[in-house]
Amino acid sequence: MTQTRDRILFVLAAVCAVLLCVDFYKIFLILPDEANQGAIYRIVYVHVPSIFTGFTGFFVALAASGAYLVTGKLKYDAFAAAVTEVSLAFATIVLATGMIWGRIIWGIWWAWDARLTTMLVCWLIYAGYLMLRRAIDEPTQRAKLSAVVSIFGCVDILIVWKSIEWWRTQHPAPVLSVRDGGGMGPGMEAPIYWNWLAFMCLAAILVMVRTRQEQRSREIDSLRRMAHSY
Amino acid sequence: MIDARNFTYMFYGFAAAFVILVVYVVSLALRERKLIHEIDRVRRMVEREK
Repeated sequence: MTQTRDRILFVLAAVCAVLLCVDFYKIFLILPDEANQGAIYRIVYVHVPSIFTGFTGFFVALAASGAYLVTGKLKYDAFAAAVTEVSLAFATIVLATGMIWGRIIWGIWWAWDARLTTMLVCWLIYAGYLMLRRAIDEPTQRAKLSAVVSIFGCVDILIVWKSIEWWRTQHPAPVLSVRDGGGMGPGMEAPIYWNWLAFMCLAAILVMVRTRQEQRSREIDSLRRMAHSY
Repeated sequence: MIDARNFTYMFYGFAAAFVILVVYVVSLALRERKLIHEIDRVRRMVEREK
Protein backbone atom coordinates (compact mmCIF):
# COMPACT_ATOMS: atom_id res chain seq x y z
CA MET A 1 0.00 0.00 0.00
CA THR A 2 2.78 2.40 0.99
CA GLN A 3 4.81 1.36 -2.06
CA THR A 4 1.88 2.04 -4.40
CA ARG A 5 1.35 5.40 -2.74
CA ASP A 6 5.01 6.31 -3.10
CA ARG A 7 4.96 5.28 -6.77
CA ILE A 8 1.92 7.50 -7.40
CA LEU A 9 3.69 10.41 -5.64
CA PHE A 10 6.80 9.86 -7.78
CA VAL A 11 4.81 9.75 -11.05
CA LEU A 12 2.87 12.90 -10.13
CA ALA A 13 6.09 14.71 -9.19
CA ALA A 14 7.74 13.68 -12.47
CA VAL A 15 4.73 14.81 -14.56
CA CYS A 16 4.58 18.10 -12.64
CA ALA A 17 8.33 18.77 -13.11
CA VAL A 18 8.27 18.02 -16.85
CA LEU A 19 5.16 20.15 -17.45
CA LEU A 20 6.57 23.10 -15.48
CA CYS A 21 9.93 22.95 -17.27
CA VAL A 22 8.29 22.90 -20.71
CA ASP A 23 5.80 25.63 -19.77
CA PHE A 24 8.34 27.97 -18.20
CA TYR A 25 10.57 27.52 -21.26
CA LYS A 26 7.63 28.59 -23.47
CA ILE A 27 6.53 31.41 -21.17
CA PHE A 28 9.94 33.03 -20.74
CA LEU A 29 11.77 32.20 -23.96
CA ILE A 30 9.19 31.74 -26.72
CA LEU A 31 6.13 33.88 -26.00
CA PRO A 32 6.55 37.59 -26.79
CA ASP A 33 5.75 40.44 -24.39
CA GLU A 34 2.13 41.58 -24.43
CA ALA A 35 1.59 44.77 -26.46
CA ASN A 36 0.19 46.93 -23.63
CA GLN A 37 1.50 45.31 -20.47
CA GLY A 38 4.98 44.21 -21.47
CA ALA A 39 6.60 41.37 -19.51
CA ILE A 40 4.39 41.65 -16.41
CA TYR A 41 1.47 39.92 -18.17
CA ARG A 42 3.35 36.61 -17.68
CA ILE A 43 2.11 36.60 -14.07
CA VAL A 44 -1.19 35.40 -15.56
CA TYR A 45 0.51 32.00 -16.11
CA VAL A 46 0.79 31.54 -12.36
CA HIS A 47 -2.21 33.60 -11.24
CA VAL A 48 -4.93 31.92 -13.31
CA PRO A 49 -3.74 28.27 -12.92
CA SER A 50 -3.44 28.89 -9.16
CA ILE A 51 -7.03 30.07 -8.86
CA PHE A 52 -8.26 27.15 -11.00
CA THR A 53 -6.35 24.73 -8.79
CA GLY A 54 -7.55 26.42 -5.60
CA PHE A 55 -11.20 26.48 -6.67
CA THR A 56 -11.06 22.89 -7.93
CA GLY A 57 -9.74 21.92 -4.51
CA PHE A 58 -12.44 23.85 -2.67
CA PHE A 59 -15.11 22.03 -4.73
CA VAL A 60 -13.47 18.68 -3.97
CA ALA A 61 -13.52 19.68 -0.28
CA LEU A 62 -17.23 20.52 -0.68
CA ALA A 63 -17.88 17.02 -2.08
CA ALA A 64 -15.86 15.41 0.73
CA SER A 65 -17.68 17.50 3.36
CA GLY A 66 -21.02 16.48 1.85
CA ALA A 67 -19.89 12.83 1.91
CA TYR A 68 -19.03 13.22 5.61
CA LEU A 69 -22.43 14.75 6.43
CA VAL A 70 -24.19 11.88 4.60
CA THR A 71 -22.08 8.95 5.83
CA GLY A 72 -20.59 10.25 9.10
CA LYS A 73 -17.20 8.72 8.20
CA LEU A 74 -14.31 10.79 9.54
CA LYS A 75 -12.02 9.83 6.64
CA TYR A 76 -14.03 12.18 4.40
CA ASP A 77 -13.61 14.98 6.93
CA ALA A 78 -9.84 14.37 7.05
CA PHE A 79 -9.67 14.46 3.25
CA ALA A 80 -11.73 17.69 3.12
CA ALA A 81 -9.37 19.33 5.64
CA ALA A 82 -6.30 18.28 3.66
CA VAL A 83 -7.70 19.52 0.34
CA THR A 84 -8.86 22.82 1.86
CA GLU A 85 -5.45 23.55 3.36
CA VAL A 86 -3.61 22.88 0.09
CA SER A 87 -6.19 24.92 -1.87
CA LEU A 88 -5.75 27.81 0.53
CA ALA A 89 -2.02 27.86 -0.29
CA PHE A 90 -2.92 28.26 -3.97
CA ALA A 91 -5.50 30.95 -3.10
CA THR A 92 -2.72 32.81 -1.26
CA ILE A 93 -0.61 32.70 -4.43
CA VAL A 94 -3.56 34.19 -6.35
CA LEU A 95 -3.84 37.15 -3.99
CA ALA A 96 -0.07 37.75 -3.85
CA THR A 97 0.51 37.56 -7.62
CA GLY A 98 -2.61 39.66 -8.31
CA MET A 99 -1.36 42.41 -5.99
CA ILE A 100 2.08 42.46 -7.65
CA TRP A 101 0.48 42.65 -11.10
CA GLY A 102 -1.86 45.43 -9.89
CA ARG A 103 1.07 47.48 -8.53
CA ILE A 104 2.45 47.83 -12.07
CA ILE A 105 -0.73 47.96 -14.15
CA TRP A 106 -3.00 50.00 -11.82
CA GLY A 107 -0.27 51.73 -9.80
CA ILE A 108 -1.78 50.41 -6.54
CA TRP A 109 -1.39 47.17 -4.59
CA TRP A 110 -5.07 46.70 -3.85
CA ALA A 111 -8.48 47.96 -4.97
CA TRP A 112 -11.68 47.25 -3.06
CA ASP A 113 -13.55 46.19 -6.18
CA ALA A 114 -15.96 43.28 -6.33
CA ARG A 115 -13.58 40.60 -7.67
CA LEU A 116 -10.72 41.36 -5.28
CA THR A 117 -12.98 41.80 -2.25
CA THR A 118 -14.97 38.60 -2.84
CA MET A 119 -11.70 36.70 -3.37
CA LEU A 120 -10.35 38.08 -0.08
CA VAL A 121 -13.60 37.07 1.65
CA CYS A 122 -13.20 33.58 0.13
CA TRP A 123 -9.63 33.36 1.48
CA LEU A 124 -10.83 34.51 4.92
CA ILE A 125 -13.66 31.93 4.97
CA TYR A 126 -11.27 29.05 4.30
CA ALA A 127 -8.63 30.43 6.68
CA GLY A 128 -11.47 30.53 9.22
CA TYR A 129 -12.26 26.90 8.36
CA LEU A 130 -8.73 25.86 9.33
CA MET A 131 -8.79 28.00 12.50
CA LEU A 132 -12.12 26.46 13.46
CA ARG A 133 -10.63 22.98 13.17
CA ARG A 134 -7.80 23.90 15.51
CA ALA A 135 -10.23 25.38 18.04
CA ILE A 136 -12.49 22.29 18.42
CA ASP A 137 -11.09 19.11 20.00
CA GLU A 138 -14.11 16.83 19.71
CA PRO A 139 -13.74 15.12 16.26
CA THR A 140 -17.43 14.72 15.37
CA GLN A 141 -18.37 18.28 16.30
CA ARG A 142 -15.29 19.59 14.48
CA ALA A 143 -16.15 17.62 11.35
CA LYS A 144 -19.80 18.78 11.29
CA LEU A 145 -19.03 22.47 11.75
CA SER A 146 -16.14 22.32 9.26
CA ALA A 147 -18.41 20.71 6.65
CA VAL A 148 -20.96 23.52 7.07
CA VAL A 149 -18.23 26.20 6.62
CA SER A 150 -16.92 24.35 3.55
CA ILE A 151 -20.38 24.36 1.95
CA PHE A 152 -20.83 28.04 2.84
CA GLY A 153 -17.42 28.87 1.30
CA CYS A 154 -18.37 27.37 -2.04
CA VAL A 155 -21.22 29.87 -2.38
CA ASP A 156 -18.63 32.64 -2.25
CA ILE A 157 -16.60 30.92 -4.98
CA LEU A 158 -19.57 31.27 -7.35
CA ILE A 159 -19.80 34.97 -6.44
CA VAL A 160 -16.04 35.40 -7.10
CA TRP A 161 -16.44 33.67 -10.48
CA LYS A 162 -19.39 35.80 -11.61
CA SER A 163 -18.31 39.08 -9.95
CA ILE A 164 -16.66 40.46 -13.11
CA GLU A 165 -19.96 39.97 -14.96
CA TRP A 166 -22.31 41.19 -12.21
CA TRP A 167 -20.42 44.37 -11.27
CA ARG A 168 -18.14 46.88 -12.97
CA THR A 169 -14.72 45.98 -11.63
CA GLN A 170 -11.17 47.18 -11.95
CA HIS A 171 -10.16 43.54 -12.41
CA PRO A 172 -9.72 42.64 -16.11
CA ALA A 173 -12.58 41.08 -18.06
CA PRO A 174 -12.29 37.32 -18.81
CA VAL A 175 -8.99 36.50 -20.54
CA LEU A 176 -9.79 32.93 -21.54
CA SER A 177 -11.66 32.13 -24.74
CA VAL A 178 -13.93 29.67 -22.91
CA ARG A 179 -15.74 32.64 -21.37
CA ASP A 180 -17.75 35.23 -23.33
CA GLY A 181 -15.63 38.21 -24.32
CA GLY A 182 -12.37 36.48 -23.48
CA GLY A 183 -9.46 35.49 -25.65
CA MET A 184 -5.68 35.85 -25.73
CA GLY A 185 -3.31 35.86 -28.66
CA PRO A 186 -2.71 32.59 -30.54
CA GLY A 187 -0.50 30.23 -28.56
CA MET A 188 -0.70 32.41 -25.44
CA GLU A 189 -3.62 30.61 -23.81
CA ALA A 190 -2.40 26.99 -23.92
CA PRO A 191 0.36 27.38 -21.25
CA ILE A 192 -2.33 28.47 -18.77
CA TYR A 193 -4.06 25.08 -19.09
CA TRP A 194 -0.77 23.12 -19.02
CA ASN A 195 0.29 25.01 -15.89
CA TRP A 196 -3.11 24.22 -14.37
CA LEU A 197 -2.43 20.52 -15.00
CA ALA A 198 1.05 20.85 -13.43
CA PHE A 199 -0.38 22.66 -10.39
CA MET A 200 -3.09 19.99 -10.05
CA CYS A 201 -0.36 17.31 -9.94
CA LEU A 202 1.48 19.33 -7.28
CA ALA A 203 -1.75 19.84 -5.32
CA ALA A 204 -2.48 16.08 -5.50
CA ILE A 205 0.98 15.34 -4.05
CA LEU A 206 0.46 17.82 -1.20
CA VAL A 207 -3.05 16.50 -0.51
CA MET A 208 -1.78 12.91 -0.29
CA VAL A 209 0.94 13.94 2.19
CA ARG A 210 -1.49 16.09 4.20
CA THR A 211 -4.17 13.35 4.28
CA ARG A 212 -1.64 10.90 5.72
CA GLN A 213 -0.88 13.48 8.42
CA GLU A 214 -4.58 13.72 9.27
CA GLN A 215 -4.69 9.91 9.56
CA ARG A 216 -1.67 10.01 11.90
CA SER A 217 -3.37 12.68 14.05
CA ARG A 218 -6.44 10.44 14.35
CA GLU A 219 -4.20 7.51 15.26
CA ILE A 220 -2.57 9.61 18.01
CA ASP A 221 -6.01 10.59 19.34
CA SER A 222 -7.16 6.96 19.49
CA LEU A 223 -3.89 5.85 21.17
CA ARG A 224 -4.34 8.58 23.79
CA ARG A 225 -7.91 7.44 24.45
CA MET A 226 -6.61 3.88 24.79
CA ALA A 227 -3.92 5.00 27.27
CA HIS A 228 -6.50 6.86 29.38
CA SER A 229 -8.81 3.82 29.44
CA TYR A 230 -6.21 1.61 31.17
CA MET B 1 4.10 50.85 -19.95
CA ILE B 2 7.00 48.61 -20.97
CA ASP B 3 9.95 49.40 -18.73
CA ALA B 4 12.52 47.70 -16.54
CA ARG B 5 10.15 47.69 -13.53
CA ASN B 6 7.96 45.28 -15.48
CA PHE B 7 10.68 42.63 -15.40
CA THR B 8 11.43 43.27 -11.73
CA TYR B 9 7.80 42.89 -10.69
CA MET B 10 7.34 39.89 -12.95
CA PHE B 11 10.25 38.30 -11.08
CA TYR B 12 8.60 39.27 -7.76
CA GLY B 13 5.36 37.61 -8.90
CA PHE B 14 6.97 34.28 -9.75
CA ALA B 15 9.22 34.48 -6.68
CA ALA B 16 6.20 35.13 -4.42
CA ALA B 17 4.42 32.03 -5.77
CA PHE B 18 7.56 29.93 -5.32
CA VAL B 19 8.17 31.21 -1.77
CA ILE B 20 4.56 30.55 -0.70
CA LEU B 21 4.79 26.96 -1.97
CA VAL B 22 8.20 26.37 -0.37
CA VAL B 23 7.04 27.76 2.99
CA TYR B 24 3.98 25.49 2.86
CA VAL B 25 6.04 22.41 1.93
CA VAL B 26 8.52 23.14 4.75
CA SER B 27 5.62 23.55 7.21
CA LEU B 28 4.25 20.17 6.03
CA ALA B 29 7.66 18.51 6.52
CA LEU B 30 8.02 19.97 10.04
CA ARG B 31 4.50 18.82 10.93
CA GLU B 32 5.27 15.34 9.59
CA ARG B 33 8.36 15.09 11.80
CA LYS B 34 6.42 16.32 14.85
CA LEU B 35 3.63 13.77 14.22
CA ILE B 36 6.09 10.87 13.88
CA HIS B 37 7.75 11.83 17.21
CA GLU B 38 4.35 12.23 18.87
CA ILE B 39 3.06 8.87 17.61
CA ASP B 40 6.21 7.13 18.94
CA ARG B 41 5.84 8.88 22.30
CA VAL B 42 2.15 7.93 22.65
CA ARG B 43 2.83 4.32 21.58
CA ARG B 44 5.52 4.01 24.27
CA MET B 45 3.08 5.52 26.78
CA VAL B 46 0.40 2.94 25.84
CA GLU B 47 2.95 0.10 26.21
CA ARG B 48 3.91 1.35 29.68
CA GLU B 49 0.24 1.66 30.76
CA LYS B 50 -0.44 -1.95 29.70
